[in-house]
Amino acid sequence: MAYKIVASQCTACGACEFECPNAAISTKRGVYVIDAALCTECEGHFKSPQCAAVCPVADTCVPA
Amino acid sequence: MAQVISLDSLMIPVSTDTMRQQLESGGCSSSSCGSSDGPADMAPEVWAKVKDHPCYSEEAHHYFARMHVAVAPACNIQCNYCNRKYDCANESRPGVVSEKLTPEQALRKVVTVANEVPQLSVLGIAGPGDACYDWKRTKATFDLVAKEIPDIKLCLSTNGLALPDHVDEIADMNIDHVTITINMVDPQVGTGIYPWIFYNHRRWTGLEAAKILHERQMQGLEMLAARNILVKVNSVMIPGVNDEHLVEVNKVVKAKGAFLHNVMPLISDPAHGTYFGLNGQRGPRAMELKALQDKLSDGTKLMRHCRQCRADAVGLLGEDRGQEFTMDQLAEEISYDPSKRAAYREIVAENRGEHVAQKAAAAEVVAESDTDATVLVAVATKGGGRINQHFGHATEFQVYEVSPSGIGFVGHRKVDQYCQGGWGEDATLDGVLAVLEGVTIVLCAKVGDCPKDSLAAAGIQVSHDYAYDWIESGIAAWYAAAYPSAARLSA
Repeated sequence: MAYKIVASQCTACGACEFECPNAAISTKRGVYVIDAALCTECEGHFKSPQCAAVCPVADTCVPA
Repeated sequence: MAQVISLDSLMIPVSTDTMRQQLESGGCSSSSCGSSDGPADMAPEVWAKVKDHPCYSEEAHHYFARMHVAVAPACNIQCNYCNRKYDCANESRPGVVSEKLTPEQALRKVVTVANEVPQLSVLGIAGPGDACYDWKRTKATFDLVAKEIPDIKLCLSTNGLALPDHVDEIADMNIDHVTITINMVDPQVGTGIYPWIFYNHRRWTGLEAAKILHERQMQGLEMLAARNILVKVNSVMIPGVNDEHLVEVNKVVKAKGAFLHNVMPLISDPAHGTYFGLNGQRGPRAMELKALQDKLSDGTKLMRHCRQCRADAVGLLGEDRGQEFTMDQLAEEISYDPSKRAAYREIVAENRGEHVAQKAAAAEVVAESDTDATVLVAVATKGGGRINQHFGHATEFQVYEVSPSGIGFVGHRKVDQYCQGGWGEDATLDGVLAVLEGVTIVLCAKVGDCPKDSLAAAGIQVSHDYAYDWIESGIAAWYAAAYPSAARLSA
């Protein structure tokens, strides 16, 4: 159970990184990636996955 | 004619010696030189804050430069005029994506520019996302720069959603200019502009989203005003969506203590990939914008000299030297040298005293004209308050309205540069003609016969008779000749 970021669409704004309650998001070669091992889809923290809620590009932060 | 100290010669590269020579050889012949009284309608402490800020003072924008550093890419709202893949559409040109900087890289860039552009007075953070939402990076950048260059003015621009959370820190950091983009004071209007916001750990849409954004904007504005931080309100004029509503916005933000209201035209193009661009929403024409601005001029002081600059712009308003200062051109190690900026300030102080006196004299000249003619005059200028640019080199014209009641700056009109490598372009000239709608005469430093004839055929005069004169003096001299006073006619 995790989210992923579509690299070709990512604008590298970094909003997802500081909304993530699990510190699962970091930069890799200019764009952001989600560490599936750390991602909980925000269960227990928030009602919806924060990275997907804040991402400015449609269909870019999606269930893996 | 007033002695000319051309500020052109101060464009880089320039040595401090050159500037000093200018100062000594030029001097100031006016008896009222040294007077730097602010506009009569401004309290002295306010004038002290704005007098060197090109975005907050129309007068300062002739002399001082700003730079933006793109350290804040993250944003918490979606606007229909913005596509994040191309930065904020209102601060960018098509296909041009700014370099995102870390706070440390930004410091290196600011120091380099401060050493090479003596006009620099302001550092702003305007995104490309939101400076208050991306607060850690914004704050880190300001802290680094303020330590290195203590006298630089700091300002930021925000959509307001995260603003109330940071007002106290903004005050502590001596940021005394904040711009909030407020496009509506009625959430119903907001639903046509903002598809969603991210607030309090969730995404909001529709009326709820617009309501939250509106409340946070008003709260932020009031908190800043209560702390005597100058607030400029930017509004994007979107025909058919909020154009008429902006009259109400103007009233409300004025009542809540905004210092300036800046109405900007929507930039809309399918190529930008924005919702508005893709759906054929048009931007306003120059005369529509002016008509709205004229309606608002009784409200908060209105800003008409905004150039909607990029989130990484460098230079005087109306010029962008950002490309000269990209990261790959910056030295690894650099230290700040305050001498050029200090010398430039001395020169400007002298120049400005004279400019103020010349403006007053120009107002007296036009007051004598026996006419009720109100006309628009376009001026080609490279800065310094002078008519000092060739017609063909102008990428924009500054437009002034003149009548016996005075000479006032009403806005700028951007054009594609007509002259490219010495050859005028006929296609471009057609564009220039369209841009000059409503203008009676263009004053410039020089103009060729061909464009002059084409403009004449379109009913627009062009003159270089007032080359290198102060803008207001040149306009007054032309106006007095075109509309002589009754006394002079009978003499």
